[in-house]
Amino acid sequence: MAPAGMGDPGPSGRFGRFGGRFVPESLVPACIELEAAFRVAWSDWRFRQRYAELLRTYAGRPTPVTECHRLSEALGVRVLLKREDLTHTGSHKINNVLGQGLLTLEMGKTRVVAETGAGQHGVATATAAALFGLECVVYMGEVDTERQALNVFRMQLLGAEVRPVASGSRTLKDAVNEALRDWVATVENTHYCLGSVMGPHPYPWMVREFQRVVGDEARSQCRELLGGDDPAVVVACVGGGSNAAGTFAGFVDTPARLVGVEAAGGSAIGRGIPGVLHGMHSYLLQDEWGQILEAQSISAGLDYPGIGPEHAHLSDLGRATYYTATDGEVLDALQLLSRTEGIIPALEPAHALAWLVNAARSGDVAAGTTVLLTLSGRGDKDAEQVMRLLG
Amino acid sequence: MSGIIERGVAVEPALRAGRDAGRKLLVTYVTGGLGSGWVDALRAMVEGGADLVEVGIPFSDPVMDGPTIQEASVRALAGGANPVGILDALRRVEVPVPLVAMTYYNLVFRAGHSRFARMLVDSGVRGAIVPDLPLDESGEWETDAAEAGVETVLLAAPVTPDDRLAELCRRSHGFIYGVNLMGVTGERASLAQSAAVLAKRLKAATDKPVIMGFGVSTPDQAVAAAAEADGVVVASALMRLLLDGGGPNAVGDAVASLRAALDGG
Ligand SMILES: Cc1ncc(COP(=O)(O)O)c(C=O)c1O
Repeated sequence: MAPAGMGDPGPSGRFGRFGGRFVPESLVPACIELEAAFRVAWSDWRFRQRYAELLRTYAGRPTPVTECHRLSEALGVRVLLKREDLTHTGSHKINNVLGQGLLTLEMGKTRVVAETGAGQHGVATATAAALFGLECVVYMGEVDTERQALNVFRMQLLGAEVRPVASGSRTLKDAVNEALRDWVATVENTHYCLGSVMGPHPYPWMVREFQRVVGDEARSQCRELLGGDDPAVVVACVGGGSNAAGTFAGFVDTPARLVGVEAAGGSAIGRGIPGVLHGMHSYLLQDEWGQILEAQSISAGLDYPGIGPEHAHLSDLGRATYYTATDGEVLDALQLLSRTEGIIPALEPAHALAWLVNAARSGDVAAGTTVLLTLSGRGDKDAEQVMRLLG
Repeated sequence: MSGIIERGVAVEPALRAGRDAGRKLLVTYVTGGLGSGWVDALRAMVEGGADLVEVGIPFSDPVMDGPTIQEASVRALAGGANPVGILDALRRVEVPVPLVAMTYYNLVFRAGHSRFARMLVDSGVRGAIVPDLPLDESGEWETDAAEAGVETVLLAAPVTPDDRLAELCRRSHGFIYGVNLMGVTGERASLAQSAAVLAKRLKAATDKPVIMGFGVSTPDQAVAAAAEADGVVVASALMRLLLDGGGPNAVGDAVASLRAALDGG
C-alpha cells in the first residue's frame, strides 16, 4: 500500500482502499507483463538515461517556471507557473507517452492504442508512435472529434488512425471503453498507451512516475527562485489526474498545500461515490444502481466521470484537497492569464487558474502567498472553441 | 453454503446431470429488461432446449461486450431497466433450468456484495458471472456470494497461464466459462482456433462442467465449440434476433435448431 509519500503501490496496486486491477481475465497477463517490464525498466539506469535524454532533446525539458508579475499583482498572491505548455506537442502528455513508447519497444510490441479526450494525449501518442516507428490507433468520442477537429487532423498527419467512438456519451469515458475492447483482441502485439493516472494497475502508478518529472523539476526550480523555500500552495487541474499527480509527487513531502481542481460538471471527488470502472476502484459519478453518469464540461480533457485512485486516496487522507471550477469561471481565468501574461492556457489548466482567482479573492489563499500552478497545456487547441463560446 | 434455499435451480448439479445424461450443454443469454418481450424470450429459450440461461443485468459501460450486446444494453437501460426490476420479473418466472446473472462489478459493488447475492437468490438466480472481476480481485465476492447460495462462475481466457488456470478451476463454481477467443462478445464468421486449445486445457484441469462461449452463433459453430468441452454459450446471435424484431418465437426456433445440432451428432 502506498503511503501519503506517493511511493510504490506494490503488486496489488492499491492506494489505501483504492486502485486495484479490475480487468477481464484476458487482460490480466498483459497487465502483469507490463508491471514487470516497468519495474525492470524503472530501476535500470540505461532505460532512465534514454528516457531522460528523450525528454531533454525531443520534448524540450526542463520546462521553465515562470514568475507571473502582472497576474500576481492582479490577484495579490505570488503566482509561479510550471510551463508544460512549452513542451513539444504542447502539454504534459508527452512525458508519459515517451516513457510508455520506450516500454512498448522493450516489450517487443509493434502497435499502440490510446484513448483521447481533448486530443492532446492522442496527439502525443501519435507523436511517440511516429518517433518509435509504431502503428497507432487512437479512439476518440464523436463529441470530441467535433470539438477538437484540428487535433484529429494532427494525429492523421502523424500517421495515426483516429477511430471516432459513437457509443455512450461519445466522450473520453467511451473512448476508454473502445480502447480496452481493442486491446482485449490485440494484446499480443499491442500496448495500451493509457493517458492518465487511471485504469488497472500498474497504470496509475506508472503514469505518475512518468509525470513526476514535472514536480521534481518544479521543486528544484522553486527552491532556486525562492531562496531554498517551497511554495505554500501547489495547484493543478484534474481530469484523470496525471499532471496533478506528477506535480504533487514533487511536493508531497513538503508542507505545501496540495490542491486539485476538477471541472464542476465532472467532479468525481466532489459528487462521486466509490465504485469500479476501467479497471480501477475510485470515486465515480454514478446513479443509485451503479450506472456511470456522463460528465459535462467545456473542457474535453476533464470530461471524465472518474479520477485516478491515488487522488481518491490523497483526498481521503486529507493530504490533497479537491475543488471545482465552473465553465464560466474557466473562460474568465483563461482570458485573465492571456491578457496579463501573454500566455493562452488550455481550458484544462484554466480550471486551476479559476480556482486560484476565487481563492485569492475570498482569502482562502492569503495575500502574498506563493503558489505554484502547473500550466499543463497551451490553448491553441481550444482557440476555435473559445472563440465560439465568447463570440 | 448455509440456510435453506427455496428458489431456483442450483447450477452445478443441474449441469452435471445434463452432462451425465450424455448431452452437450446449451447455455443461452438474454439481456434483462430488453423491451417487453425479454421474459418471454427467456421462456422460449428454455422450451427450445437451453440447459441454462444467463440473464444480463445491463451496465452503462460493458467493456467485454461487442456491438450487439452493447446495443441491447443501451436499449434496455433507455427503457428504464435496473437490477431490481429485472430480478422482480424473474421472481415470477418458474423454469426448470438454472438461471445465472451476468453483469459488471460496479453494479454488484454499488448494491453491496451480500445484498446483491441475496437479491439474486430471492429471484431464483443461483449463479453469477462478473467478467471484470478477475481471480485476484474476486475473493471477497466469492465468499459473500457462496454464503448467500450463489455460485460464482469464473472465466478462463486463451492467455491464462497454467497455474492461474488451475486456481481458477478450483475456485469457479457452477461451471468454468471458457472464453473462446481474445476479444469481446459478438458474432464471428468462424470459430477461433484458440477455442479447442483452451477447451482441452480446461478439461484436463477440472472435472467441473466446462462451457465455451464468445463468437458462437450458428449450429455448426456450436457443435464445433462443444466438441472438446461440455457445452457452449450462444448470446449475441440470439440478441441480434430480438433487436431486429424477431420476437420470442424466432428466438425459441433458433435455440431449438442449436439444440438439434448439438444432439444430432
Ligand atoms: C492540457 C491538459 N491538461 C490536463 C488534462 C487532463 O489530464 P490529467 O488530469 O491526466 O492531467 C488534459 C487532458 O487531455 C490536457 O490536455
